[in-house]
Amino acid sequence: MRAKSPIARAAVHAILLAGSALFLFPLLWMISTSLKPVEETMLNPPRWIPSALHFENYLKAVTYGSTTLGYIPFVEYGKNTLLLCVLVVSGTVISNALIAYGFARLQWPGRNALFGVTLATMMVPFPVLMVPMFVLFRHLGWVGTFRPLWIPAWFGSAFNIFLLRQFFLTIPRELSDAAVVDGCSEFQVFRQIILPLSRPALAVVALFSFLYTWNDFIGPLIYLSDQRMFTLSLGLQFYQSQAGGTEWHLLMAAATMVVVPIIILFFFTQRTFIQGIALTGIKG
Amino acid sequence: MSRFGRRQLWAGLAFISPWLIGLGVFMLYPVVASLYYSFCDYSVLERAHPVGVANYRDLLHDQLYLKSLLNTLFYAALSIPLGLMLALALALLLNSGVRGLTVYRTIFFLPALMPMVALAVLWLWIFNGEYGVLNVFLARLGIHAPGWLTDPSWSKPALVLLSLWGMGQAMVIFLAGLQDVPVHLYEAADLDGASWWSKLRHVTLPMISPVLLFNGIMGIIGSLQFFAVPYIMTPNGQPARSAYFYAMYLYDNAFRYLRMGYASAMAWILFLLILALTLLSLRLASRYVHYEAG
Repeated sequence: MRAKSPIARAAVHAILLAGSALFLFPLLWMISTSLKPVEETMLNPPRWIPSALHFENYLKAVTYGSTTLGYIPFVEYGKNTLLLCVLVVSGTVISNALIAYGFARLQWPGRNALFGVTLATMMVPFPVLMVPMFVLFRHLGWVGTFRPLWIPAWFGSAFNIFLLRQFFLTIPRELSDAAVVDGCSEFQVFRQIILPLSRPALAVVALFSFLYTWNDFIGPLIYLSDQRMFTLSLGLQFYQSQAGGTEWHLLMAAATMVVVPIIILFFFTQRTFIQGIALTGIKG
Repeated sequence: MSRFGRRQLWAGLAFISPWLIGLGVFMLYPVVASLYYSFCDYSVLERAHPVGVANYRDLLHDQLYLKSLLNTLFYAALSIPLGLMLALALALLLNSGVRGLTVYRTIFFLPALMPMVALAVLWLWIFNGEYGVLNVFLARLGIHAPGWLTDPSWSKPALVLLSLWGMGQAMVIFLAGLQDVPVHLYEAADLDGASWWSKLRHVTLPMISPVLLFNGIMGIIGSLQFFAVPYIMTPNGQPARSAYFYAMYLYDNAFRYLRMGYASAMAWILFLLILALTLLSLRLASRYVHYEAG
């Protein structure tokens, strides 16, 4: 529905501007706090803009030595997180593309039944799987390593299979038939015809799995025990002291460093992102 | 089977082979094992031994369990409808042909991108009783603000408020749904002299009802598993367990007290609860949801 009268338009803008201010404020407050000297974080009334920009807070945050917890290896956390992201994203894209091809482009007995089972598994919530997976990984001796956090990504997941299958189905049959007549193997059809045409859908899968891994909290919480192996999401809580006396400027600097890469990624991939989310909602 | 058929079968199985392992090892096996553990006493350190329905029976008398369940239902009952209304309202405004759509959309969506932990620590700071900026604001408006995270009657509303800030995903999905509503329907309504309200009521809402249903179900699934934010913001559900949620108690049972059987029973009840609420929504939806033909 369109707002036609100038008054209606102005009202819409006014509400959206006020709403934007409310939505942006917490993020700006995080950045503002992260640049303040410690005294200015504890003023009442608060100081909105730091008297001087203390960028060294960021340096302090990555070399933070809390009196109660010891040194927080923030840079290690960053490296761990990136390593996991690379392993998960590549595994998710490769495995789900192969599996979705098998469901979308090949005819074999039992295919539809298996696809039905696959869709049904989307209903199972994580807590149901949590305990047996932990027990399994403990038997394999994987608890305390990164393996439980990335190896499953190489064996497909129902949602991504569904998303890619729907996309592969839209690619005209004639293209692959022609290639088969020309003597291409199924794998060559997959590699040289389907994959290049599916870049937008593959990008959505890659992006979402990156974001999921970067943000994941409960996975690392369950499986990682050595503090040096923590991810950014898991490590961030260490800046907060349960006993009080949290150094808020350093916590906000660390939080900013965890959030900003995601925001930058979003700005560069906005179209894919928004389309991907819309796709999950409309087709889902 | 023809040669072509056999070739397709082998190729098909080859392509989906990772999933045969994934489905079996990381999905079907855990589902079956979890159901079995839920009828066992199991600490991981010793073998599981069956105890019948004892776990389920104990849950009925576990005050902390019931508290966590009620807290979770309370949170869901507030955050789902409020979140849907806010997301839909913003999507409607964005879809009114306003200039700067992408800028506004980005701003409203940004919080939904944030890692839960970053969101939690940021709001700890905003809700902070001593230096928190929210109470400074409210004080200026002459409102005596509660100690959000220290007052048992305000801890859940505080978390609901925070969840509203992160409703961006639902908004983007609503917006996509709104953009798919054919313009000619509004033109026809305009010719009939329909008001803004009746267009919303009789054109927009029926046309986006499938999207509303989808967002509602996602809300149910997400809010019943609410974990990371309260784990950081209200450790152990403090104050007075007022913010102790289902998934937190489940996690504590499994990994703190090593009561894996008990935790599995909780997980199954959660699964059935999600399933029941989803089916209920679908049932209600079959009466109201309108699917465009084709």
